Amino acid sequence: MEEILEERHTLAVLVDNEAGVLARVIGLFSGRGYNIESLTVAAVDQAAHMSRITVVTNGTPMVIQQIRAQLERLVPVHKVVDLTLQAPSVEREMALIKVACSGEKRVEALRLSDAFRARVIDTTHTSFVFEVTGAPSKLNAFISLMRPLGLVDVSRTGVVAIARGPEAM
Amino acid sequence: MSGREMTGAAIVLKALKDQGVDTIFGYPGGAVLPIYDEIFKQEGIRHILVRHEQGAVHAAEGYARSTGKPGVVLVTSGPGATNAVTGLLDALMDSIPLVCLTGQVPTSLIGNDAFQEADTVGITRPCTKHNWLVQSADNLARTIHEAFYVATNGRPGPVVVDIPKDVQFATGTYVGPGQAGHKTYKPQVKAPTDVIAEAVAMMGAAKKPIFYTGGGVINAGPKASQLLRQFVEMTNYPVTSTLMGLGAYPASGDNWLGMLGMHGTYEANNTMHDADLIICVGARFDDRVTGRVDAFAPDAKKIHIDIDASSINKNIFVDLPVIGDCAHVLEDMIRVWRSKSVQTDKPALETWWRQINTWRARKCLDYKKSEKTIKPQYAIERLYELTKDRDTYITTEVGQHQMWAAQHFHFEEPNHWMTSGGLGTMGYGLPAAVGVQLAHPDALVIDIAGEASIQMMTQEMSTAIQFRLPVNVFILNNEYMGMVRQWQDLLHGGRYSQSYSEALPDFVKLAEAYGAKGIRVSDPADLDEAILEMINSPVPVIFDCLVDKKENCYPMIPSGAAHNEMILGDDQDGAEITEEGKMLV
Ligand SMILES: Cc1ncc(C[n+]2csc(CCOP(=O)(O)OP(=O)(O)O)c2C)c(N)n1
Ligand SMILES: [Mg+2]
Repeated sequence: MEEILEERHTLAVLVDNEAGVLARVIGLFSGRGYNIESLTVAAVDQAAHMSRITVVTNGTPMVIQQIRAQLERLVPVHKVVDLTLQAPSVEREMALIKVACSGEKRVEALRLSDAFRARVIDTTHTSFVFEVTGAPSKLNAFISLMRPLGLVDVSRTGVVAIARGPEAM
Repeated sequence: MSGREMTGAAIVLKALKDQGVDTIFGYPGGAVLPIYDEIFKQEGIRHILVRHEQGAVHAAEGYARSTGKPGVVLVTSGPGATNAVTGLLDALMDSIPLVCLTGQVPTSLIGNDAFQEADTVGITRPCTKHNWLVQSADNLARTIHEAFYVATNGRPGPVVVDIPKDVQFATGTYVGPGQAGHKTYKPQVKAPTDVIAEAVAMMGAAKKPIFYTGGGVINAGPKASQLLRQFVEMTNYPVTSTLMGLGAYPASGDNWLGMLGMHGTYEANNTMHDADLIICVGARFDDRVTGRVDAFAPDAKKIHIDIDASSINKNIFVDLPVIGDCAHVLEDMIRVWRSKSVQTDKPALETWWRQINTWRARKCLDYKKSEKTIKPQYAIERLYELTKDRDTYITTEVGQHQMWAAQHFHFEEPNHWMTSGGLGTMGYGLPAAVGVQLAHPDALVIDIAGEASIQMMTQEMSTAIQFRLPVNVFILNNEYMGMVRQWQDLLHGGRYSQSYSEALPDFVKLAEAYGAKGIRVSDPADLDEAILEMINSPVPVIFDCLVDKKENCYPMIPSGAAHNEMILGDDQDGAEITEEGKMLV
């Protein structure tokens, strides 16, 4: 039989900002064995008590469709949009990256951070904290370049995404 | 406005009354005492005291399935709530509308491991359609109305409202159901017209069609069953059903092929396998029905009518999803069919029916009769013959007896058959029968049971006695967990590990201990008279029907096999069970 390939999809989920809603979404993924590559959540409309969840997941097209239908079925979920299907959209992630180094390595780290448009947001004589924003692949590339230079800590936000053009989701 | 100020406990009762509730199944405890005090002070709602909270939920399921109304449950915090969990998941799997109110420790103690504290919303989140923890008496009425709305709209299911004890004592403002609803949850009940038109066109073009119907038809109300019957008559297409859908189309109907799936009929499964069009109405292509998915109905186009979009393309890829309520969709399809004067392909249908009739001629439900021992199939047959002219409701436990009941008891009407399909919960049948009998005091209610299953909820016989409910427990006593033994025969070399029902109680004495009537029969010649004695008894009966111990349930599609690879009997080899098949349950 022909193998059905897994695809990576980014879903935007608009939910009521009520107790337990995140647990419901996460429980759905773990309970049904779906993958979560990244998940971010924050309130986006205080007045209307709404939050937006961005989930990056992977699976066969049939599984992705299931995930969407299962999310839509949750009572506090207003809307689910598959941004990957509804291209074009933009994705961004931010990371805070701590590198401890001195001498030559320090210069090299700074030089590379410049190339990646990372900002130095904290520094001591022996360390930097960089702030870098971009597609997850860019963050991965930057992190792997920092590894030999003295990478000590990484904190990433996970992906946020939005469709291009004038329309709301 | 001041008249609307009342305690949380009073709000609960007022909200239930305004929702038209007449019966609550429950069990008291510390965290619900204020609500029980309000129950004491009123008369409009009767409270049925069960003997175990799981029984309360199954009783509410029986009530709901036999009436179409939501069942209501009230239990205390901690162990009360955890005991209800099995029933809640059972109702979720079978799409039964329930509202379960649970007591909770006071809000100030939540999270402190207080006495009888449980994270009820956490535990029941995956076992309910939705749940709420109510933090203030002012939110209570709105939440309860919302709970009824969510439980009964869209695909029905159980919901939990968790109410801390301080919220029950506090004063809040009551609001009526009003424009009860939910700000976002608004399921689609009607399908778009172009989709309806396409479905009708596909149906008209079919040469080997079949209706495959399920519990969704029953849940959509009696009108959906009516429309299904009408559509079958208009088209002359064959019809089969899942376990959950029995009764939507009458078993006496000409186009009826019997149940499909693992223990379905030869004709139903072969017709599915060879079909060129499957019209799935309110069923969900679950693994009991499909068998091996890559060999499932290989040549068929599939139309899937379901109110729950997540049921579509979950197990089987379908050609045309139709999202909507079965009754609305069937009504629209019939209308379009008529307005376009669609004609079926009569010559093709004739050939199709000829083929189907050769499958029917195999008489797959036949079994070896015996004069010496009661064959379980015979017992169900006699039970059917002797009760078919009465208003009879059947519930079951889980096992071989359940499948024999589905095969040999014939259902003419919807809402008369309650069984635990999705979860397969032993212990379901007796409490469900209690719920059915409460809703239908004059009906004949029979729980078709196994000697193992019945012991999981026997205590509910005490409830039946207390409320004078003449329910009947008809035990097919084979001294085995028969269904387990059958799988051990099939897959584990006949090594009957722990499947013999050792140390059984004397069911006749057990009945008498409760104040019920006990009947025991072992000779086929005595069976009819004993059944008549049971159905004419004004008190509940436990009927210990000693049946052939070794009988297995056929036909059967072994796990991991296809629809056209059925085993028809002990002496016939079917498909070889593959290693993969053994992994399935
Ligand atoms: C609560 C629960 N535990 C275990 C099972 C697994 N199980 C399915 S059928 C069965 C045996 C039932 O025996 P009995 O009630 O005597 O029915 P029979 O098959 O003999 O007719 C068991 C243990 C189950 N379905 N439910
Ligand atoms: Mg048994």
